[in-house]
Amino acid sequence: MSKIVNQAPAAIAAATLPAAAAHAAWELNMPVGVTELSREIHGLHMLILWVCVLIAVAVFGMLIYSIVKFRHSKGAVAANFDHSTKAEVIWTLIPIAILVGLATPAAETLIKIEDTRDSDLTVKVTGYQWKWHYDYLDQDVSFFSTLERRSDAARQLGSGIDPRSVENYLLEVDNRMVVPVGAKVRVLLTAADVIHSWWVPEFGMKKDAIPGFINELWFRADEVGVYRGQCAELCGRDHAFMPVVVEVKSQAEYAAWLESRRAETQTTALAAAQ
Amino acid sequence: MSTAHTSAGRLEAHHDYHGPQKGWRRWVFATNHKDIGTMYLLFSLTMFFVGGVMALIVRAELFQPGLQLVDPMFFNSMTTMHALVMIFGAVMPAFVGLANWMLPLQVGAPDMALPRMNNFSFWILPFAFTLLLSTLFVPGGGPAGGWTMYPPLVLQTGDAFPMMIFAIHLMGASSIMGAINVIVTIMNMRAPGMSLLKMPLFTWTWLITAYLLIAVMPVLAGAVTMLLTDHFFGTTFFEAAGGGDPVMYQHIFWFFGHPEVYIMILPAFGIVSEIIPTFSRKPLFGYDAMVYATAAIAFLSFIVWAHHMFTVGMPLAGQMFFMLATMLISVPTGVKVFNWTATMFKGSISFEPPMLFALSFLFLFTIGGFSGLMLAIVPADFQYHDTYFVVAHFHYVLVPGAVFAIMAAVYYWLPKWTGHMYDMKLAKWHFWLSTIFVNVLFFPQHFLGLAGMPRRIPDYNTQFADWNMVSSIGAFGFGLSQLLFAYIVFRTIRGGAKATDKVWDGGAPHGLEWTLSSPPPYHSFETAPEVK
Repeated sequence: MSKIVNQAPAAIAAATLPAAAAHAAWELNMPVGVTELSREIHGLHMLILWVCVLIAVAVFGMLIYSIVKFRHSKGAVAANFDHSTKAEVIWTLIPIAILVGLATPAAETLIKIEDTRDSDLTVKVTGYQWKWHYDYLDQDVSFFSTLERRSDAARQLGSGIDPRSVENYLLEVDNRMVVPVGAKVRVLLTAADVIHSWWVPEFGMKKDAIPGFINELWFRADEVGVYRGQCAELCGRDHAFMPVVVEVKSQAEYAAWLESRRAETQTTALAAAQ
Repeated sequence: MSTAHTSAGRLEAHHDYHGPQKGWRRWVFATNHKDIGTMYLLFSLTMFFVGGVMALIVRAELFQPGLQLVDPMFFNSMTTMHALVMIFGAVMPAFVGLANWMLPLQVGAPDMALPRMNNFSFWILPFAFTLLLSTLFVPGGGPAGGWTMYPPLVLQTGDAFPMMIFAIHLMGASSIMGAINVIVTIMNMRAPGMSLLKMPLFTWTWLITAYLLIAVMPVLAGAVTMLLTDHFFGTTFFEAAGGGDPVMYQHIFWFFGHPEVYIMILPAFGIVSEIIPTFSRKPLFGYDAMVYATAAIAFLSFIVWAHHMFTVGMPLAGQMFFMLATMLISVPTGVKVFNWTATMFKGSISFEPPMLFALSFLFLFTIGGFSGLMLAIVPADFQYHDTYFVVAHFHYVLVPGAVFAIMAAVYYWLPKWTGHMYDMKLAKWHFWLSTIFVNVLFFPQHFLGLAGMPRRIPDYNTQFADWNMVSSIGAFGFGLSQLLFAYIVFRTIRGGAKATDKVWDGGAPHGLEWTLSSPPPYHSFETAPEVK
């Protein structure tokens, strides 16, 4: 967005804004993301968007032309035609051709999305009211992931804490899901109480976690970093307060993290047993 | 002089026992299609403001990040109730009210075919909504699981749960009776010579809508009854532990829900198809194609339901099928938009308030259609699903779509109903304020959704703050502008310049309703007109 658009609200917000937000304000579009799938999805999104824009230019152009040109007040005299088979056949067939053009790449991407074979790592994710549980299958690592404390304090009704003073407000957790960069991660999704939905926009993937059933999705993150998302299915009072945070680390750092986590999980299990 | 006095006076002259009853009896025992239509429309207007206040509570909380005003639970019950009230209380009754007023006038009949059932179907509604709205005051608060009532979440509702379900049963019964009445009237009471393909498009679209209603309202009743027995009688239709499936509920609900979407837009198509030719002074382009396109949309509405639930984990073949079927809907819908455009092409267009709203409908509904096409693309839907992008989409088709069409209809036929012209200047103010604010309100929600803001959340990360503030400003502007609408309507009921029989003498209104006086006689067409 241009500076002009940015300045007016900036002036309004100046009184209440102690620090610049980490994320871009006035964001207009979907993130490109950091996986092959998210990039393809973004490409599809832009393709349909431009197709819609072109159709809009044609249709709205015709409408505006008619509104301007055929005004009663300018003395326009109405013609009397009320159909044209040729025109009607054309504007039935052209949209069908456009749809085929859109459906083909969409189907190709969809087939890739559904192909969960040959994964390097499987994590079972369980939705609870209102937190996530991550279980690294066959790794003896599992933990809960809940809203980080500063966000939790600030989000209480009448807390008096300015959300802008909290870094990654509502998008930070105590224990992040950690995965290695470049690995095909298969996520098995289920829920313990009601339906939740696990979503990280930068991975392009969202799927429902349904009690009693297992869903699956996969992603392969190409870049190291922290990626944030939220529960995307209304799940009760604190639906807005169970973020999904995934940290993508290098292979070595991931291995070290897994080791320390495993030790921690065992200690917790021992403590629980005693 | 009021409408009541005019028609009452005229009727007392010959047979007084056929005139409207005096005082409250006229309304409680109403069997006249116009009286019942009026009650439907006033009920709808009331619910429009009730649902609107709920929306403003939602937008006030979302004005800035952090929780300032309401508890998240109350916020959830506001989003839930806003949807239920607007869908079942504002939009659907408005269309039934318009059908009651206009169908007998358009087909040349004295009244609706089943006047006592007509009375019953209206009078169920105030009770249904009293029941629904009173849930806000029971232990556990109002329903807060979303208007889609997905289990298992909806089973956590407090005492409001059975009340909500019985309210929905009542609304469904009311809708089915209204639909039966529409079908019987259209099928049996058309004037001699009015073959099906000579019917006005508003009548046509309502006929198709009525069949949709009869087909799907029982499905909704079935779905919510299964919720009821799951909750109180130990069945496990939707619980995996007992062999059920929560996703099955979603399939059943959306088998109702998708045709329901068209129930709220097909009569709007009919209204726009009446208004655009009148003020373009040119016959509707492609009448037959318009009828067939409506029927095609109605048919397709039954085979696309699962596009509301692409993220539940369907087999690849299922996702492909629902993607392609959904994309197909844009073909008949496109035909409609092109035909309206072709109707205006080489016409002689003037811009009275009904035409302004119809034009706004044409532009903004089409934008909603575009975002609908985008949502059909399954991989992209994985990003869009359950975000504000979806909220923007369905509000574009429902507010500047259905609601603007209803307002266009009111501005088009109000002089016919009351015998008075309204204040054109004020109506144009109402139009411009509504059109500007509706875009300020809903357009930024596309950006919010794409940037990653989920729907149905009372609080959000600060990156979403700016567009939310813009959207909330639009919401208050839009809400306040509607007070002007109520003012214009009530002032016109009470008086105003006399409207002629044809009302739009400068335009080219077409149809039997314009051959009657304004307001029309109490029994509309006492002798059937001849249609050539």
